[in-house]
Amino acid sequence: MSIELINIWYIVAAALFIFGLKQLGSPATAVRGNMLSALGMLIAIAVTLFNAQILSFQWIIGAAVIGAIIGFVAAEKVAMTSMPEMVALFNGSGGIASLFVGWAALYNLGNSTFTDITIVLSILIGGLTFTGSILAWGKLSEVMTSRAVVFGAQRIFNGALLVALLVCSVLFVMDPSTDSPYLYAIIALSFLFGVMAVLPIGGADMPVVISLLNSYSGLAACAAGFAINNNILIVAGSMVGAAGIILTNIMCKAMNRSLANVLFSGFGAVKQASKVEGEVKPISAEDAGLILEAAQSVTFVPGYGMAVAQAQHVVRELGELLEENGAEVTYAIHPVAGRMPGHMNVLLAEANVPYDQLIEMEDINPRIDNIDVAVVIGANDVVNPAARNDENSPIYGMPIINVDHARTVFVLKRSMASGFSGVDNPLFFGENTRMLFGDAKESLSQVIADFK
Amino acid sequence: MEAVLLGLVLMLSIFLGFELISKVPATLHTPLMSGANAISGITIVGALISAGAELGTAATVLGALAVMFASINVVGGYLVTNRMLSMFKKKDSDQPGGKA
Repeated sequence: MSIELINIWYIVAAALFIFGLKQLGSPATAVRGNMLSALGMLIAIAVTLFNAQILSFQWIIGAAVIGAIIGFVAAEKVAMTSMPEMVALFNGSGGIASLFVGWAALYNLGNSTFTDITIVLSILIGGLTFTGSILAWGKLSEVMTSRAVVFGAQRIFNGALLVALLVCSVLFVMDPSTDSPYLYAIIALSFLFGVMAVLPIGGADMPVVISLLNSYSGLAACAAGFAINNNILIVAGSMVGAAGIILTNIMCKAMNRSLANVLFSGFGAVKQASKVEGEVKPISAEDAGLILEAAQSVTFVPGYGMAVAQAQHVVRELGELLEENGAEVTYAIHPVAGRMPGHMNVLLAEANVPYDQLIEMEDINPRIDNIDVAVVIGANDVVNPAARNDENSPIYGMPIINVDHARTVFVLKRSMASGFSGVDNPLFFGENTRMLFGDAKESLSQVIADFK
Repeated sequence: MEAVLLGLVLMLSIFLGFELISKVPATLHTPLMSGANAISGITIVGALISAGAELGTAATVLGALAVMFASINVVGGYLVTNRMLSMFKKKDSDQPGGKA
């Protein structure tokens, strides 16, 4: 196949990616959208195999089979609660692949300086995406502490790292060769940079990091596209890059913080929230069941704690029981609830909650005054009224779901420890708040048992 | 000139990406992200060429590694997205406002 013909097929593939992404925008067409995009990928891969530059296939087949098996097993086995970790790892493998593509492009003869610069970029972005994603995986799966790790000279260290990266890159581009010591320095430094970039970011800010790494994995592919002069890499890579940036932006807005603030300051390091004091009013599962039975409208507000307790299925079961009882049941979801964008929606969908019952924050807040019972399951910061009232709170200004305006609030909580960001929550001391202590899944099962 | 053209392609694609994604409802953010992530596995196209072009052992090994990682990304990304999306269901068996 001639290069021209291959490029025409690449245009077809790009069109399929665009249609695919567009259809991913609505639940009704999303499955088809994903398949269209997969078809585009299949076409791109298939026509590439006809490229006259490819002389031998044994390495390709071996590597592709191994990769496909790993990808297949991972995708089939992963639990929905571990989806953030999975996406982080996939981001990482895309990043390192682009690093290798850039590196291998050094062996092409007669690269221009522009090409050498893009090679450095693909190695750099690919490398930091890889280690950043691995670290994000580590934090999400709690292999390591998920808290923000901050040390004194961090900014100075990172600054020095950045300067070193720049210097090595310039020196390398001035005299590019496959065994240049600067090449290895760039690889090592970009790995280190990825680690340093994710280290100071706490678990609650993970949705931002995952979206950002997603964006980087696209940009790495895009840079690799420049390095080997390939249109489809540039088109697809930059679309993914842009998509990731948009999501990052949405996540930042949902936390009322700038991207710079998320990236460079450990959470809550600066301000000290006003102390909240008061008495919590515990409630038994039995009494909670009685109140729910009388409720006309119930909204569940899930958070990461629901994922941890694997409580999504009992939540749905209780929701169905309440519906049978004549109540209107909704699920109010904060954009940054959980550890990645849309995390809660996926968990509830897995538990067979229809997506038209999932309500976004802006849509539930105007009518929350008329909700009889709001059940908060493992959410904390996203329902913390201090974000509205207390100017000293580290989360002040963050839009929240105003559950405290509902007629009654149940908070399911393991114990009285403060939430992920370590911020006290005045909601727990509210006049209309009742605390249902214990494991969320067990508490709800008990409510269901009493209800029946 | 080549670089300028590629730059133009880059700019247009970025705008397209912004346009396509900014209207996606929050419900679909996770599948959207993993779907976009699968697309970033397009780097496999470059990997295939490097792995098969016989530019020496080092380049072939680097290319093969790239093919392996990119296929994890592509295969895993699309499958997991499909798995998630197929869970999103409308309330079909129910009458509007009726019993479950």
